Amino acid sequence: MQKSSLLSIATLVACAAPTLVAQTYGVGRPATADEVAAWDVTIGPEGRELPAGSGTAKDGAQVYEVRCKECHGDQGVGGDHAGLVGKPEQLKQTPPLKTVGSYWPYATTLFDYTRRAMPFEEPGSLSADQVYAVTAYILHLNGLVAEDDVLDRESLPQVVMPNRDGFVRDPR
Amino acid sequence: MKSRDATRRSFLGTGALAGAAWTACSAPEAEAPAEPDQPSSLGTPVSRYGQRSPHEKAARGVRESQTPEAASSRTPLDQTYGIITPSALHFERHHAGVPEIDPATHKLLVHGLVDRPMAFSVDDIKRLPSVSRVHFVECSGNSGGEWSPAGAPTVALSHGLASCSEWTGVPLRILLEEAGIQPEAKWILAEGADACLMQRSATLEKALEEGIVAYGQNGEAIRPEQGYPMRLILPGWEGNTNVKWLRRIKLTAGPQYVKDETSKYTELMEDGTAWIFTFEMDAKSVITAPSGGHMVDGPGFLEISGLAWSGRGKIRQAEVSTDAGQTWTEAELQTPVYSKAFTRFRLPWAWDGSETVLLSRCRDETGYLQPGRAELIEQRGRKSAYHCNRIKGWHIAADGSVTSAEV
Ligand code: HEC
Repeated sequence: MQKSSLLSIATLVACAAPTLVAQTYGVGRPATADEVAAWDVTIGPEGRELPAGSGTAKDGAQVYEVRCKECHGDQGVGGDHAGLVGKPEQLKQTPPLKTVGSYWPYATTLFDYTRRAMPFEEPGSLSADQVYAVTAYILHLNGLVAEDDVLDRESLPQVVMPNRDGFVRDPR
Repeated sequence: MKSRDATRRSFLGTGALAGAAWTACSAPEAEAPAEPDQPSSLGTPVSRYGQRSPHEKAARGVRESQTPEAASSRTPLDQTYGIITPSALHFERHHAGVPEIDPATHKLLVHGLVDRPMAFSVDDIKRLPSVSRVHFVECSGNSGGEWSPAGAPTVALSHGLASCSEWTGVPLRILLEEAGIQPEAKWILAEGADACLMQRSATLEKALEEGIVAYGQNGEAIRPEQGYPMRLILPGWEGNTNVKWLRRIKLTAGPQYVKDETSKYTELMEDGTAWIFTFEMDAKSVITAPSGGHMVDGPGFLEISGLAWSGRGKIRQAEVSTDAGQTWTEAELQTPVYSKAFTRFRLPWAWDGSETVLLSRCRDETGYLQPGRAELIEQRGRKSAYHCNRIKGWHIAADGSVTSAEV
Protein backbone atom coordinates (compact mmCIF):
# COMPACT_ATOMS: atom_id res chain seq x y z
CA MET A 1 0.00 0.00 0.00
CA GLN A 2 1.18 3.55 -0.79
CA LYS A 3 2.06 5.73 2.14
CA SER A 4 -0.04 8.59 0.81
CA SER A 5 -3.22 6.53 0.57
CA LEU A 6 -2.60 5.20 4.05
CA LEU A 7 -2.32 8.74 5.32
CA SER A 8 -5.42 9.87 3.51
CA ILE A 9 -7.41 6.99 4.95
CA ALA A 10 -6.18 7.95 8.40
CA THR A 11 -7.25 11.54 7.81
CA LEU A 12 -10.66 10.44 6.57
CA VAL A 13 -11.23 8.32 9.64
CA ALA A 14 -10.05 11.05 11.93
CA CYS A 15 -12.55 13.45 10.31
CA ALA A 16 -15.43 11.01 10.37
CA ALA A 17 -15.03 10.00 13.99
CA PRO A 18 -13.29 12.79 15.86
CA THR A 19 -13.36 10.93 19.18
CA LEU A 20 -11.32 8.01 17.88
CA VAL A 21 -7.79 8.51 16.67
CA ALA A 22 -7.67 5.42 14.54
CA GLN A 23 -5.51 4.53 11.59
CA THR A 24 -6.82 2.00 9.13
CA TYR A 25 -4.85 -0.04 6.64
CA GLY A 26 -7.52 -1.07 4.17
CA VAL A 27 -6.66 -4.75 4.74
CA GLY A 28 -9.43 -7.35 4.98
CA ARG A 29 -12.77 -7.21 3.21
CA PRO A 30 -16.24 -6.15 4.27
CA ALA A 31 -18.16 -9.13 5.67
CA THR A 32 -21.51 -9.80 4.02
CA ALA A 33 -24.68 -9.66 6.09
CA ASP A 34 -25.27 -13.34 5.28
CA GLU A 35 -21.92 -14.58 6.49
CA VAL A 36 -22.29 -12.61 9.72
CA ALA A 37 -25.81 -13.95 10.24
CA ALA A 38 -24.64 -17.52 9.60
CA TRP A 39 -21.99 -17.34 12.33
CA ASP A 40 -23.52 -14.95 14.84
CA VAL A 41 -24.92 -17.51 17.27
CA THR A 42 -24.26 -15.29 20.30
CA ILE A 43 -27.18 -15.11 22.71
CA GLY A 44 -26.93 -12.48 25.42
CA PRO A 45 -28.69 -12.59 28.78
CA GLU A 46 -31.68 -10.61 27.49
CA GLY A 47 -32.23 -13.25 24.83
CA ARG A 48 -32.80 -10.75 22.00
CA GLU A 49 -30.87 -12.96 19.57
CA LEU A 50 -32.85 -16.14 20.33
CA PRO A 51 -34.05 -17.91 17.17
CA ALA A 52 -37.63 -18.78 16.20
CA GLY A 53 -38.95 -22.11 17.46
CA SER A 54 -40.40 -23.49 20.69
CA GLY A 55 -40.61 -26.53 22.93
CA THR A 56 -41.96 -27.89 26.21
CA ALA A 57 -40.42 -30.02 28.93
CA LYS A 58 -42.67 -32.85 27.81
CA ASP A 59 -41.09 -32.81 24.32
CA GLY A 60 -37.70 -32.28 25.88
CA ALA A 61 -37.87 -35.46 27.94
CA GLN A 62 -37.68 -37.45 24.68
CA VAL A 63 -34.70 -35.45 23.42
CA TYR A 64 -32.97 -35.87 26.76
CA GLU A 65 -33.57 -39.61 26.89
CA VAL A 66 -31.97 -40.18 23.50
CA ARG A 67 -29.32 -37.49 23.26
CA CYS A 68 -28.20 -36.56 26.79
CA LYS A 69 -28.95 -39.21 29.41
CA GLU A 70 -26.00 -41.48 28.75
CA CYS A 71 -23.64 -38.77 30.01
CA HIS A 72 -25.75 -36.57 32.28
CA GLY A 73 -27.71 -39.27 34.09
CA ASP A 74 -31.35 -40.10 34.61
CA GLN A 75 -33.26 -36.84 35.22
CA GLY A 76 -30.02 -34.83 35.14
CA VAL A 77 -28.41 -36.39 38.20
CA GLY A 78 -25.74 -39.01 38.76
CA GLY A 79 -24.18 -38.76 35.31
CA ASP A 80 -20.45 -38.92 34.77
CA HIS A 81 -20.43 -35.33 33.54
CA ALA A 82 -21.59 -32.07 35.07
CA GLY A 83 -24.79 -32.43 37.08
CA LEU A 84 -27.68 -30.43 35.72
CA VAL A 85 -30.09 -30.36 38.68
CA GLY A 86 -29.74 -28.74 42.10
CA LYS A 87 -30.78 -26.00 44.53
CA PRO A 88 -28.87 -22.85 45.56
CA GLU A 89 -28.54 -24.11 49.17
CA GLN A 90 -26.31 -26.81 47.77
CA LEU A 91 -23.68 -24.19 46.92
CA LYS A 92 -22.97 -23.96 50.65
CA GLN A 93 -22.34 -27.64 51.17
CA THR A 94 -18.86 -29.17 51.00
CA PRO A 95 -18.03 -29.81 48.26
CA PRO A 96 -20.49 -27.36 46.71
CA LEU A 97 -22.88 -28.58 44.04
CA LYS A 98 -22.74 -26.28 41.03
CA THR A 99 -25.54 -27.11 38.63
CA VAL A 100 -27.82 -25.32 36.18
CA GLY A 101 -30.45 -24.97 38.91
CA SER A 102 -28.15 -24.08 41.78
CA TYR A 103 -25.60 -21.88 40.06
CA TRP A 104 -26.38 -20.58 36.57
CA PRO A 105 -27.54 -16.94 36.51
CA TYR A 106 -29.35 -16.97 33.13
CA ALA A 107 -31.61 -19.49 31.38
CA THR A 108 -30.48 -18.10 28.02
CA THR A 109 -27.00 -19.51 28.72
CA LEU A 110 -28.43 -23.01 28.84
CA PHE A 111 -30.02 -22.57 25.43
CA ASP A 112 -26.89 -21.01 23.96
CA TYR A 113 -24.52 -23.64 25.30
CA THR A 114 -26.71 -26.62 24.42
CA ARG A 115 -27.27 -25.32 20.92
CA ARG A 116 -23.60 -24.90 20.05
CA ALA A 117 -21.87 -27.49 22.25
CA MET A 118 -24.19 -30.42 23.06
CA PRO A 119 -24.62 -33.34 22.66
CA PHE A 120 -20.88 -33.56 23.23
CA GLU A 121 -20.07 -35.74 20.23
CA GLU A 122 -22.56 -34.13 17.83
CA PRO A 123 -22.59 -30.43 18.69
CA GLY A 124 -24.84 -28.24 16.60
CA SER A 125 -27.02 -31.18 15.54
CA LEU A 126 -30.20 -30.23 17.42
CA SER A 127 -32.93 -28.14 15.80
CA ALA A 128 -34.03 -24.93 17.51
CA ASP A 129 -37.24 -26.70 18.62
CA GLN A 130 -35.21 -29.53 20.16
CA VAL A 131 -32.96 -27.07 21.98
CA TYR A 132 -35.97 -25.16 23.37
CA ALA A 133 -37.51 -28.48 24.43
CA VAL A 134 -34.47 -29.95 26.17
CA THR A 135 -33.81 -26.56 27.80
CA ALA A 136 -37.39 -26.62 29.08
CA TYR A 137 -36.89 -30.18 30.36
CA ILE A 138 -33.71 -29.29 32.32
CA LEU A 139 -35.39 -26.18 33.75
CA HIS A 140 -38.43 -28.33 34.63
CA LEU A 141 -36.21 -30.86 36.45
CA ASN A 142 -34.99 -27.87 38.47
CA GLY A 143 -38.57 -26.86 39.29
CA LEU A 144 -38.33 -23.66 37.27
CA VAL A 145 -40.94 -24.24 34.56
CA ALA A 146 -44.03 -26.45 34.38
CA GLU A 147 -44.16 -29.51 32.17
CA ASP A 148 -46.41 -27.85 29.60
CA ASP A 149 -44.90 -24.34 29.64
CA VAL A 150 -43.90 -23.39 26.11
CA LEU A 151 -40.42 -21.94 25.88
CA ASP A 152 -39.60 -19.69 22.95
CA ARG A 153 -37.71 -16.45 22.26
CA GLU A 154 -40.24 -14.51 24.35
CA SER A 155 -40.69 -16.77 27.35
CA LEU A 156 -37.19 -18.20 27.84
CA PRO A 157 -35.58 -14.88 28.89
CA GLN A 158 -38.43 -14.43 31.42
CA VAL A 159 -37.35 -17.50 33.40
CA VAL A 160 -35.68 -16.16 36.54
CA MET A 161 -32.87 -18.41 37.69
CA PRO A 162 -32.58 -18.90 41.48
CA ASN A 163 -28.95 -17.75 41.53
CA ARG A 164 -29.59 -14.73 39.29
CA ASP A 165 -28.13 -12.32 41.84
CA GLY A 166 -25.46 -14.65 43.14
CA PHE A 167 -22.59 -13.21 41.12
CA VAL A 168 -20.45 -10.24 42.10
CA ARG A 169 -17.71 -8.57 40.09
CA ASP A 170 -14.18 -9.65 40.95
CA PRO A 171 -13.19 -7.47 43.92
CA ARG A 172 -9.47 -8.30 43.79
CA MET B 1 32.99 -31.25 -2.69
CA LYS B 2 33.43 -34.36 -4.79
CA SER B 3 34.61 -36.51 -1.94
CA ARG B 4 31.69 -35.40 0.19
CA ASP B 5 29.20 -36.44 -2.47
CA ALA B 6 30.95 -39.76 -2.71
CA THR B 7 30.65 -40.25 1.02
CA ARG B 8 26.99 -39.36 0.90
CA ARG B 9 26.32 -41.88 -1.83
CA SER B 10 28.08 -44.58 0.08
CA PHE B 11 26.11 -43.65 3.20
CA LEU B 12 22.84 -43.98 1.33
CA GLY B 13 24.03 -47.17 -0.33
CA THR B 14 24.74 -48.89 2.94
CA GLY B 15 21.42 -48.30 4.60
CA ALA B 16 21.51 -51.62 6.40
CA LEU B 17 24.89 -50.93 7.88
CA ALA B 18 23.93 -47.42 8.87
CA GLY B 19 20.82 -48.81 10.51
CA ALA B 20 22.90 -51.30 12.43
CA ALA B 21 25.17 -48.51 13.62
CA TRP B 22 22.14 -46.58 14.85
CA THR B 23 20.84 -49.50 16.84
CA ALA B 24 24.24 -50.01 18.40
CA CYS B 25 24.39 -46.37 19.43
CA SER B 26 20.96 -46.28 21.02
CA ALA B 27 21.15 -49.69 22.72
CA PRO B 28 21.69 -49.77 26.50
CA GLU B 29 25.31 -49.12 27.28
CA ALA B 30 25.85 -52.17 29.48
CA GLU B 31 28.09 -54.13 27.13
CA ALA B 32 29.15 -51.14 25.02
CA PRO B 33 32.80 -51.16 23.97
CA ALA B 34 34.93 -48.29 25.22
CA GLU B 35 34.03 -44.99 23.49
CA PRO B 36 36.46 -44.28 20.67
CA ASP B 37 38.26 -40.96 20.99
CA GLN B 38 36.71 -39.85 17.73
CA PRO B 39 33.51 -41.10 16.03
CA SER B 40 34.52 -43.67 13.41
CA SER B 41 31.65 -42.87 11.04
CA LEU B 42 29.78 -39.81 9.89
CA GLY B 43 26.64 -38.66 11.58
CA THR B 44 23.24 -38.41 9.96
CA PRO B 45 22.81 -35.95 7.08
CA VAL B 46 20.91 -32.68 7.15
CA SER B 47 17.15 -32.96 7.46
CA ARG B 48 14.10 -30.85 6.75
CA TYR B 49 12.53 -30.63 10.19
CA GLY B 50 14.58 -31.33 13.29
CA GLN B 51 13.73 -33.82 16.00
CA ARG B 52 14.96 -33.92 19.56
CA SER B 53 17.57 -36.47 20.64
CA PRO B 54 16.14 -39.97 21.02
CA HIS B 55 17.49 -39.86 24.57
CA GLU B 56 15.09 -37.06 25.55
CA LYS B 57 11.71 -38.25 26.80
CA ALA B 58 10.03 -35.17 28.32
CA ALA B 59 6.31 -35.47 27.63
CA ARG B 60 3.06 -33.80 28.61
CA GLY B 61 1.20 -35.48 31.43
CA VAL B 62 -2.11 -36.90 30.24
CA ARG B 63 -4.70 -38.40 32.53
CA GLU B 64 -7.23 -41.04 31.48
CA SER B 65 -10.56 -39.45 30.60
CA GLN B 66 -13.83 -40.69 29.20
CA THR B 67 -13.90 -37.58 27.06
CA PRO B 68 -10.25 -36.98 26.09
CA GLU B 69 -11.40 -34.17 23.79
CA ALA B 70 -12.63 -32.23 26.83
CA ALA B 71 -9.55 -32.72 28.94
CA SER B 72 -6.12 -31.31 29.70
CA SER B 73 -2.46 -32.27 29.40
CA ARG B 74 0.27 -30.77 31.56
CA THR B 75 3.68 -29.28 30.87
CA PRO B 76 6.53 -31.13 32.63
CA LEU B 77 7.90 -27.83 33.98
CA ASP B 78 10.83 -29.59 35.65
CA GLN B 79 12.01 -30.76 32.24
CA THR B 80 12.05 -27.36 30.56
CA TYR B 81 14.87 -24.83 30.79
CA GLY B 82 14.86 -21.05 30.87
CA ILE B 83 11.51 -19.34 30.35
CA ILE B 84 10.19 -20.66 27.02
CA THR B 85 8.06 -23.80 26.96
CA PRO B 86 8.78 -25.88 23.86
CA SER B 87 5.62 -25.66 21.73
CA ALA B 88 5.29 -29.46 21.72
CA LEU B 89 5.15 -29.40 25.54
CA HIS B 90 2.77 -26.44 25.93
CA PHE B 91 -0.11 -27.53 28.16
CA GLU B 92 -3.49 -28.24 26.59
CA ARG B 93 -7.02 -27.67 27.80
CA HIS B 94 -9.58 -28.32 25.13
CA HIS B 95 -13.34 -28.45 25.47
CA ALA B 96 -14.17 -30.23 22.22
CA GLY B 97 -10.89 -31.51 20.77
CA VAL B 98 -8.36 -29.95 18.39
CA PRO B 99 -10.02 -28.94 15.12
CA GLU B 100 -8.27 -29.47 11.81
CA ILE B 101 -8.24 -26.11 10.08
CA ASP B 102 -7.12 -25.23 6.57
CA PRO B 103 -5.47 -21.80 6.79
CA ALA B 104 -6.41 -21.11 3.17
CA THR B 105 -10.12 -21.03 4.06
CA HIS B 106 -9.99 -19.88 7.68
CA LYS B 107 -11.40 -16.43 8.32
CA LEU B 108 -11.81 -14.11 11.27
CA LEU B 109 -15.04 -12.13 11.43
CA VAL B 110 -15.18 -8.84 13.33
CA HIS B 111 -18.74 -7.59 13.75
CA GLY B 112 -21.30 -6.35 16.25
CA LEU B 113 -21.00 -2.72 17.38
CA VAL B 114 -18.71 -1.73 14.52
CA ASP B 115 -19.10 0.64 11.58
CA ARG B 116 -18.32 -2.04 8.97
CA PRO B 117 -18.26 -5.77 9.74
CA MET B 118 -15.00 -7.20 8.38
CA ALA B 119 -13.62 -10.58 7.38
CA PHE B 120 -9.88 -11.23 7.55
CA SER B 121 -8.07 -14.14 5.96
CA VAL B 122 -4.89 -15.52 7.50
CA ASP B 123 -2.93 -13.75 4.75
CA ASP B 124 -4.69 -10.46 5.52
CA ILE B 125 -3.69 -10.74 9.14
CA LYS B 126 -0.08 -11.47 8.25
CA ARG B 127 0.12 -8.28 6.13
CA LEU B 128 -0.68 -6.07 9.08
CA PRO B 129 1.85 -4.60 11.54
CA SER B 130 2.98 -7.35 13.90
CA VAL B 131 4.37 -7.66 17.40
CA SER B 132 6.19 -10.46 19.21
CA ARG B 133 5.73 -10.78 22.96
CA VAL B 134 6.75 -13.34 25.53
CA HIS B 135 3.74 -14.25 27.71
CA PHE B 136 2.62 -17.12 29.85
CA VAL B 137 -0.78 -18.73 29.36
CA GLU B 138 -2.18 -20.36 32.49
CA CYS B 139 -5.42 -22.24 32.99
CA SER B 140 -7.19 -20.74 36.01
CA GLY B 141 -7.72 -24.33 37.20
CA ASN B 142 -3.93 -24.73 37.43
CA SER B 143 -2.80 -25.74 40.93
CA GLY B 144 -6.37 -26.70 41.89
CA GLY B 145 -4.89 -29.57 43.92
CA GLU B 146 -2.94 -27.06 46.01
CA TRP B 147 -6.08 -25.99 47.85
CA SER B 148 -5.50 -29.17 49.87
CA PRO B 149 -2.70 -29.30 52.48
CA ALA B 150 -0.99 -32.21 50.75
CA GLY B 151 -0.75 -30.64 47.30
CA ALA B 152 0.07 -32.50 44.11
CA PRO B 153 3.12 -34.79 44.07
CA THR B 154 4.99 -33.39 41.03
CA VAL B 155 5.40 -29.93 39.53
CA ALA B 156 3.69 -31.08 36.32
CA LEU B 157 0.64 -32.03 38.36
CA SER B 158 0.76 -28.99 40.64
CA HIS B 159 1.66 -26.23 38.14
CA GLY B 160 1.78 -27.80 34.67
CA LEU B 161 -1.34 -26.06 33.32
CA ALA B 162 0.89 -23.05 32.64
CA SER B 163 3.35 -22.54 29.79
CA CYS B 164 5.20 -19.60 28.27
CA SER B 165 5.83 -18.78 24.62
CA GLU B 166 6.89 -15.97 22.36
CA TRP B 167 3.67 -15.10 20.53
CA THR B 168 3.70 -13.22 17.23
CA GLY B 169 0.66 -11.61 15.73
CA VAL B 170 -1.27 -8.47 15.04
CA PRO B 171 -2.47 -6.25 17.88
CA LEU B 172 -6.21 -6.85 18.18
CA ARG B 173 -6.68 -3.07 18.28
CA ILE B 174 -5.68 -2.87 14.62
CA LEU B 175 -8.33 -5.37 13.53
CA LEU B 176 -11.03 -3.72 15.61
CA GLU B 177 -10.14 -0.31 14.22
CA GLU B 178 -10.29 -1.66 10.67
CA ALA B 179 -13.94 -2.40 11.44
CA GLY B 180 -14.49 0.91 13.24
CA ILE B 181 -15.38 0.67 16.94
CA GLN B 182 -18.70 2.24 17.85
CA PRO B 183 -18.86 4.22 21.09
CA GLU B 184 -21.41 1.88 22.74
CA ALA B 185 -19.01 -1.08 22.44
CA LYS B 186 -17.56 -1.95 25.85
CA TRP B 187 -16.96 -5.71 25.61
CA ILE B 188 -15.95 -8.30 23.05
CA LEU B 189 -17.08 -11.87 22.60
CA ALA B 190 -14.36 -14.13 21.18
CA GLU B 191 -15.26 -17.43 19.52
CA GLY B 192 -13.14 -20.39 18.44
CA ALA B 193 -13.64 -22.69 15.47
CA ASP B 194 -13.61 -25.87 17.60
CA ALA B 195 -16.60 -28.19 17.72
CA CYS B 196 -18.19 -26.42 20.71
CA LEU B 197 -17.51 -22.93 19.31
CA MET B 198 -15.72 -22.04 22.55
CA GLN B 199 -16.71 -18.52 23.62
CA ARG B 200 -15.58 -16.00 26.20
CA SER B 201 -16.37 -12.35 26.89
CA ALA B 202 -13.58 -9.87 27.61
CA THR B 203 -13.50 -6.13 28.15
CA LEU B 204 -12.89 -3.96 25.11
CA GLU B 205 -10.38 -2.05 27.23
CA LYS B 206 -8.17 -5.15 27.60
CA ALA B 207 -8.62 -6.04 23.94
CA LEU B 208 -7.44 -2.59 22.87
CA GLU B 209 -4.60 -2.30 25.33
CA GLU B 210 -2.95 -5.68 25.05
CA GLY B 211 -4.92 -8.14 22.89
CA ILE B 212 -2.98 -9.95 20.18
CA VAL B 213 -4.33 -12.17 17.42
CA ALA B 214 -1.33 -14.50 17.31
CA TYR B 215 -0.30 -16.78 14.46
CA GLY B 216 3.28 -17.41 15.58
CA GLN B 217 4.52 -19.35 18.57
CA ASN B 218 8.22 -19.65 19.38
CA GLY B 219 9.32 -18.78 15.88
CA GLU B 220 6.98 -20.99 13.89
CA ALA B 221 3.28 -21.26 13.17
CA ILE B 222 1.13 -21.83 16.27
CA ARG B 223 0.68 -25.54 16.93
CA PRO B 224 -2.79 -27.00 16.25
CA GLU B 225 -3.20 -27.71 19.98
CA GLN B 226 -2.51 -24.04 20.68
CA GLY B 227 -4.97 -22.62 18.20
CA TYR B 228 -3.65 -22.96 14.64
CA PRO B 229 -3.94 -20.89 12.55
CA MET B 230 -4.64 -18.08 15.04
CA ARG B 231 -5.58 -17.53 18.64
CA LEU B 232 -6.36 -14.67 20.95
CA ILE B 233 -3.73 -13.70 23.51
CA LEU B 234 -4.94 -11.55 26.41
CA PRO B 235 -1.69 -11.30 28.39
CA GLY B 236 -1.96 -12.28 32.04
CA TRP B 237 -5.63 -13.28 31.82
CA GLU B 238 -6.86 -16.77 32.64
CA GLY B 239 -6.10 -19.28 29.92
CA ASN B 240 -9.68 -19.86 28.83
CA THR B 241 -10.08 -16.24 27.67
CA ASN B 242 -7.15 -16.69 25.23
CA VAL B 243 -9.54 -18.27 22.74
CA LYS B 244 -7.87 -20.73 20.35
CA TRP B 245 -8.74 -21.28 16.67
CA LEU B 246 -10.14 -17.74 16.78
CA ARG B 247 -12.78 -17.18 14.11
CA ARG B 248 -15.10 -14.47 15.38
CA ILE B 249 -15.01 -11.34 17.49
CA LYS B 250 -18.24 -9.55 18.24
CA LEU B 251 -18.21 -6.12 19.85
CA THR B 252 -20.98 -5.82 22.40
CA ALA B 253 -22.27 -3.43 25.05
CA GLY B 254 -22.03 -5.98 27.86
CA PRO B 255 -20.70 -9.45 28.64
CA GLN B 256 -22.66 -12.43 27.28
CA TYR B 257 -22.60 -14.66 30.41
CA VAL B 258 -21.65 -17.74 28.40
CA LYS B 259 -21.29 -21.11 30.12
CA ASP B 260 -17.53 -20.78 30.57
CA GLU B 261 -17.83 -17.48 32.43
CA THR B 262 -20.75 -18.46 34.68
CA SER B 263 -20.97 -22.20 35.32
CA LYS B 264 -17.20 -22.48 34.99
CA TYR B 265 -14.27 -20.15 35.71
CA THR B 266 -16.08 -18.26 38.49
CA GLU B 267 -14.99 -18.24 42.14
CA LEU B 268 -17.52 -19.50 44.65
CA MET B 269 -17.18 -17.90 48.10
CA GLU B 270 -18.11 -19.47 51.43
CA ASP B 271 -21.33 -17.41 51.66
CA GLY B 272 -22.63 -18.83 48.38
CA THR B 273 -21.95 -15.76 46.23
CA ALA B 274 -19.45 -16.07 43.40
CA TRP B 275 -16.89 -13.73 41.87
CA ILE B 276 -17.37 -13.40 38.12
CA PHE B 277 -14.90 -12.22 35.44
CA THR B 278 -11.88 -13.08 37.59
CA PHE B 279 -9.56 -12.45 34.68
CA GLU B 280 -6.11 -11.68 36.10
CA MET B 281 -3.83 -14.48 37.19
CA ASP B 282 -2.25 -13.55 40.52
CA ALA B 283 1.51 -13.83 41.07
CA LYS B 284 2.74 -17.36 41.57
CA SER B 285 6.06 -19.19 41.78
CA VAL B 286 7.24 -22.75 42.08
CA ILE B 287 10.59 -24.50 42.41
CA THR B 288 11.07 -26.81 39.45
CA ALA B 289 14.48 -28.23 40.47
CA PRO B 290 14.58 -30.08 42.70
CA SER B 291 10.86 -30.93 42.73
CA GLY B 292 8.46 -33.77 43.48
CA GLY B 293 9.48 -37.13 42.07
CA HIS B 294 13.16 -36.16 41.83
CA MET B 295 15.91 -37.97 43.69
CA VAL B 296 18.76 -35.75 44.89
CA ASP B 297 21.92 -37.74 44.38
CA GLY B 298 23.66 -37.12 47.70
CA PRO B 299 24.75 -33.98 49.56
CA GLY B 300 26.75 -31.22 47.91
CA PHE B 301 26.19 -28.35 45.52
CA LEU B 302 22.74 -28.18 43.98
CA GLU B 303 21.31 -25.22 42.08
CA ILE B 304 17.72 -24.46 43.08
CA SER B 305 15.76 -23.18 40.13
CA GLY B 306 12.16 -22.29 39.49
CA LEU B 307 9.61 -20.15 37.69
CA ALA B 308 7.63 -17.11 38.79
CA TRP B 309 4.96 -15.20 36.90
CA SER B 310 2.21 -12.66 37.39
CA GLY B 311 -0.79 -11.65 35.33
CA ARG B 312 -0.37 -8.09 36.59
CA GLY B 313 3.07 -7.27 35.25
CA LYS B 314 6.71 -8.08 35.87
CA ILE B 315 8.07 -10.25 38.64
CA ARG B 316 10.10 -8.00 40.89
CA GLN B 317 11.48 -10.54 43.33
CA ALA B 318 11.63 -14.28 43.98
CA GLU B 319 12.71 -15.68 47.31
CA VAL B 320 13.61 -19.20 48.33
CA SER B 321 13.57 -20.80 51.75
CA THR B 322 15.65 -23.92 52.32
CA ASP B 323 14.51 -24.30 55.94
CA ALA B 324 10.74 -24.65 55.63
CA GLY B 325 10.09 -20.92 55.76
CA GLN B 326 12.18 -19.83 58.75
CA THR B 327 14.49 -17.74 56.58
CA TRP B 328 14.21 -16.49 52.99
CA THR B 329 16.96 -15.71 50.49
CA GLU B 330 16.51 -13.63 47.38
CA ALA B 331 17.06 -15.67 44.23
CA GLU B 332 18.61 -14.28 41.06
CA LEU B 333 16.13 -13.44 38.29
CA GLN B 334 17.04 -14.32 34.72
CA THR B 335 17.04 -11.16 32.60
CA PRO B 336 15.42 -9.65 30.73
CA VAL B 337 12.34 -9.99 32.91
CA TYR B 338 9.26 -9.74 30.68
CA SER B 339 5.86 -8.55 31.81
CA LYS B 340 3.23 -11.30 32.26
CA ALA B 341 5.79 -13.94 31.41
CA PHE B 342 7.60 -16.79 33.08
CA THR B 343 10.60 -15.48 34.98
CA ARG B 344 13.33 -17.97 35.80
CA PHE B 345 14.90 -17.69 39.24
CA ARG B 346 18.01 -19.47 40.47
CA LEU B 347 19.78 -19.87 43.78
CA PRO B 348 23.06 -21.66 44.41
CA TRP B 349 22.73 -24.05 47.34
CA ALA B 350 24.59 -26.86 49.04
CA TRP B 351 22.47 -29.63 50.49
CA ASP B 352 23.91 -30.95 53.75
CA GLY B 353 22.06 -34.24 53.41
CA SER B 354 19.51 -33.59 56.15
CA GLU B 355 15.74 -33.60 55.77
CA THR B 356 14.31 -30.19 54.85
CA VAL B 357 11.58 -28.30 52.99
CA LEU B 358 12.21 -25.93 50.07
CA LEU B 359 9.73 -23.11 49.40
CA SER B 360 9.53 -20.23 46.95
CA ARG B 361 7.48 -17.05 46.93
CA CYS B 362 7.42 -14.08 44.59
CA ARG B 363 6.41 -10.45 44.49
CA ASP B 364 5.25 -8.69 41.34
CA GLU B 365 5.71 -5.08 40.30
CA THR B 366 2.41 -4.07 41.90
CA GLY B 367 3.90 -5.07 45.27
CA TYR B 368 1.62 -8.11 45.60
CA LEU B 369 3.27 -10.97 47.53
CA GLN B 370 2.38 -14.60 46.79
CA PRO B 371 0.39 -15.87 49.79
CA GLY B 372 0.70 -19.02 51.85
CA ARG B 373 -2.18 -21.48 51.90
CA ALA B 374 -3.73 -20.22 55.16
CA GLU B 375 -3.65 -16.63 53.94
CA LEU B 376 -5.19 -17.53 50.58
CA ILE B 377 -7.99 -19.46 52.28
CA GLU B 378 -8.60 -16.51 54.59
CA GLN B 379 -9.16 -14.30 51.52
CA ARG B 380 -11.07 -16.75 49.38
CA GLY B 381 -12.45 -19.63 51.45
CA ARG B 382 -12.27 -23.26 50.38
CA LYS B 383 -14.85 -23.40 47.59
CA SER B 384 -13.15 -21.21 45.04
CA ALA B 385 -11.56 -24.11 43.06
CA TYR B 386 -9.79 -21.85 40.54
CA HIS B 387 -6.94 -19.33 40.88
CA CYS B 388 -4.95 -21.15 43.56
CA ASN B 389 -1.54 -19.44 43.82
CA ARG B 390 -0.40 -20.46 47.27
CA ILE B 391 3.24 -21.08 48.16
CA LYS B 392 4.32 -24.60 47.23
CA GLY B 393 6.82 -26.63 49.24
CA TRP B 394 9.00 -29.61 48.37
CA HIS B 395 10.17 -31.96 51.09
CA ILE B 396 13.63 -33.51 50.73
CA ALA B 397 14.09 -36.65 52.77
CA ALA B 398 17.49 -37.75 54.08
CA ASP B 399 17.68 -40.30 51.26
CA GLY B 400 17.31 -37.47 48.73
CA SER B 401 13.75 -38.28 47.62
CA VAL B 402 11.61 -35.20 46.91
CA THR B 403 7.87 -35.09 47.60
CA SER B 404 5.18 -32.45 48.04
CA ALA B 405 5.49 -30.81 51.47
CA GLU B 406 2.28 -30.73 53.45
CA VAL B 407 1.34 -27.22 54.61
C1 HEC C 1 -20.99 -38.07 25.30
C2 HEC C 1 -21.32 -37.45 26.55
C3 HEC C 1 -22.30 -36.29 26.55
C4 HEC C 1 -23.56 -36.20 26.01
C5 HEC C 1 -24.31 -37.26 25.21
C6 HEC C 1 -24.09 -34.91 26.37
N1 HEC C 1 -23.17 -34.24 27.11
FE1 HEC C 1 -23.42 -32.43 27.98
N2 HEC C 1 -21.50 -32.46 28.65
C7 HEC C 1 -20.58 -33.46 28.39
C8 HEC C 1 -19.25 -33.01 28.80
C9 HEC C 1 -17.96 -33.79 28.67
C10 HEC C 1 -19.41 -31.70 29.29
C11 HEC C 1 -18.29 -30.75 29.77
C12 HEC C 1 -17.71 -30.04 28.53
C13 HEC C 1 -16.57 -29.09 28.83
O1 HEC C 1 -15.51 -29.53 29.28
O2 HEC C 1 -16.71 -27.90 28.60
C14 HEC C 1 -20.83 -31.41 29.22
C15 HEC C 1 -21.41 -30.22 29.67
C16 HEC C 1 -22.76 -29.95 29.60
C17 HEC C 1 -23.39 -28.81 30.21
C18 HEC C 1 -22.70 -27.78 31.07
C19 HEC C 1 -22.76 -28.25 32.49
C20 HEC C 1 -22.16 -27.30 33.47
O3 HEC C 1 -22.55 -27.33 34.63
O4 HEC C 1 -21.28 -26.51 33.11
C21 HEC C 1 -24.72 -28.85 29.87
C22 HEC C 1 -25.79 -27.86 30.28
C23 HEC C 1 -24.91 -30.00 29.05
N3 HEC C 1 -23.71 -30.67 28.90
C24 HEC C 1 -26.12 -30.34 28.48
C25 HEC C 1 -26.29 -31.44 27.64
C26 HEC C 1 -27.50 -31.70 26.92
C27 HEC C 1 -28.75 -30.86 27.00
C28 HEC C 1 -27.28 -32.84 26.21
C29 HEC C 1 -28.23 -33.52 25.25
C30 HEC C 1 -28.78 -32.68 24.21
C31 HEC C 1 -25.93 -33.28 26.50
N4 HEC C 1 -25.36 -32.39 27.35
C32 HEC C 1 -25.35 -34.43 25.99
C33 HEC C 1 -20.87 -34.70 27.88
C34 HEC C 1 -22.05 -35.03 27.24
